Amino acid sequence: MGEFRMPSLGADMEEGKLVQWKVQPGDAVKRGDIIAIVHTEKAEIEVEVFESGIVDRLLVQPGALVPVGTVLAILRTDEKGATAVTPAVAPPPKPAGEARPRISPLARKMAAELGVDLSAVQGTGAHGAIEKSDIEHAASLQRAKLAPPLAQPLAVAPSPPSSAEAYQGMRRAIAAAMARSNREIPHYYLETQIDMSVPLRWLEAANQQRPVQQGLLPVVLLLKAVAHALGEVPELNGYWKDDRNEPQKDVHIGFAISLRQGGLIVPALLDAGRKSLDELMAAMADLIQRTRAGRLRSSEITDGTITVTNLGDRGVETVYGVIYPPQVALVGFGRITERPWADKGVLGVRPVLTATLAGDHRATDGRRGAQFLESLTRWLQQPEKL
Amino acid sequence: MTDTPQELEITYRDAVREAIRAAMHADERVFLMGEDVGKYGGCYAVSKGLLEEFGPDRIRDTPLSESAFVGAGIGAAMRGMRPIVEIMTVNFSLLALDQILNNAATLLHMSGGQFNIPLVIRTATGGGRQVAAQHSHSLEGWYAHIPGIKVLTPATVSDARWMLDTALRDPDPVLIFENAGLYNMKGTLPADGSPVEIDRARIHRPGRDITVITYGAGLWKAVEAAETLAREGIEAEVIDLRTLRPLDQETFLNSVARTHRALIVDDAWRSGSISAEISARIMENIFYELDAPVERICGAEVPAPYPKHLEQASLPQAETIVKTVQRMVQRRG
Repeated sequence: MGEFRMPSLGADMEEGKLVQWKVQPGDAVKRGDIIAIVHTEKAEIEVEVFESGIVDRLLVQPGALVPVGTVLAILRTDEKGATAVTPAVAPPPKPAGEARPRISPLARKMAAELGVDLSAVQGTGAHGAIEKSDIEHAASLQRAKLAPPLAQPLAVAPSPPSSAEAYQGMRRAIAAAMARSNREIPHYYLETQIDMSVPLRWLEAANQQRPVQQGLLPVVLLLKAVAHALGEVPELNGYWKDDRNEPQKDVHIGFAISLRQGGLIVPALLDAGRKSLDELMAAMADLIQRTRAGRLRSSEITDGTITVTNLGDRGVETVYGVIYPPQVALVGFGRITERPWADKGVLGVRPVLTATLAGDHRATDGRRGAQFLESLTRWLQQPEKL
Repeated sequence: MTDTPQELEITYRDAVREAIRAAMHADERVFLMGEDVGKYGGCYAVSKGLLEEFGPDRIRDTPLSESAFVGAGIGAAMRGMRPIVEIMTVNFSLLALDQILNNAATLLHMSGGQFNIPLVIRTATGGGRQVAAQHSHSLEGWYAHIPGIKVLTPATVSDARWMLDTALRDPDPVLIFENAGLYNMKGTLPADGSPVEIDRARIHRPGRDITVITYGAGLWKAVEAAETLAREGIEAEVIDLRTLRPLDQETFLNSVARTHRALIVDDAWRSGSISAEISARIMENIFYELDAPVERICGAEVPAPYPKHLEQASLPQAETIVKTVQRMVQRRG
């Protein structure tokens, strides 16, 4: 028997409201399946199950507000139970005559990249096939739905309570995490200027090879360079727990995403180190879209090992961040701006980025932090290796 | 104003003749032999006047034995000559298939690299001229199956004029398939043309909505269809393969990866054709770029009919290409 409990979806989450069950007693579930939706101060989160088995009983009704750790459901995890019940919950055979939908290979690929749900797309190609134009159409509808005109924000608040109430809830959650950070974490700050002419030139050339909608943004290079630099300075990637630093093997970069109605969420780009630039770009677009739609997975909320905040698009030059506990570092990027730059005795104009590191002095010292910024700079000067 | 014309208008037939004349003037090892190429001036009048200009040693009429005179050409090439052997039609070339496949294509390999065969074979191919089922087929795709030779299919007067030159410089056997339906076609040539590469396809007409891949006579049907389609806003990219072996897949794969749709137009029979090979390469290499199934318009799988209406019905036509493309690029309302 296994217990499925109300998860902790943030450093200071104390309770959560069960919004919806995605399973019924008797359903077979496997590790990673989304089985419930939980409402927190910040957003509605799709919660994954961590064990495979059969749902035995649901203990909490939708609508109930329960403390973190409360058992929500009981799973039967023993082999016998699982195999015995599985056939009963196999998907019913499709009614005769319902053909497999025609979806072009390109459309399938694009749908995956753009996060389009193929089952909701109406094909307009020959014989009703779903083609590229149908995916583009669906993606633009989806965007329109997610990014409403600013004039009517109230109509589209992602959470059930009124948007003002939701906003207050979010502020309280941010307040708790940031106050704890400032109270407990002795921050140190380092700052460096990075000449971005090499990476930006490379990016321009790389984007000429790509269709416009698959173009890479500079931030993807920054994220990838952060992941590589963490490989060289792993102490910055992890958690301060029980009075010791616990570096993590995988790099899950928490990426600060501001919400249109105010506030922010820091979901993680899972496994950023192993993703190619294109995969990272697609993952980021998908994450931003789902964050703003309030459709994040629990692992994305809880698994971040470091945070990156990029305020460059707001015109800010330097970011001094507040670390998100229990993480031990935060990397800040400002605006890339043209500045006078002396190199080998020659003064020129270069696009320059200010990168900062906020480090937890309990976990690392300034020297290690400096090595991180040095490594970050070096990686950015060889964008073809990112 | 200058008196020298920038371009000259010329028929495909005259372009081929000019190519042979120029090659014979440039290199005394070059000679032409085949059935009726001398006194009669060639079955399609390609070599008309060459006997008078170059004499019977270099413009040689042969007996009606394709196997014998292609074999003689292989021997001459091995001994250092640069023969151009004309086979009257592609159907007759089957009598020389043993020489082409078992000797010309093979000897370099079997001699351990000692003997290369710098032979050029020209032959007329293609249907649509009401000369019935023993003179009308398109068998160049078969030859493209054979490693060791090159298979050229000039479709433009420019390629008719300049491919021969490059073919004669090639150290190995090159077969040139001239579509007999194109001999009367007029086109323009720059006055200062020069030899062309023979291992690259060419985008004949750029477009963004679909790639039409074709060669030989198919090119002009595809171009006519593309012009009709352009009037309704569909921009078809037309690729002239130019050479069936080696097959320049890079050009058509890049194009299809851009347009996401491919239609292959081939006068030859569908089963086991070069169009099948092209389709397979698209699937193998860029499956995930496809937005619609690859389609083919090929010749009907019958012996070429003699009656005009039946023969035309058996071959790909511009209207069929237009209708197929319209269906393939069907737009959302």
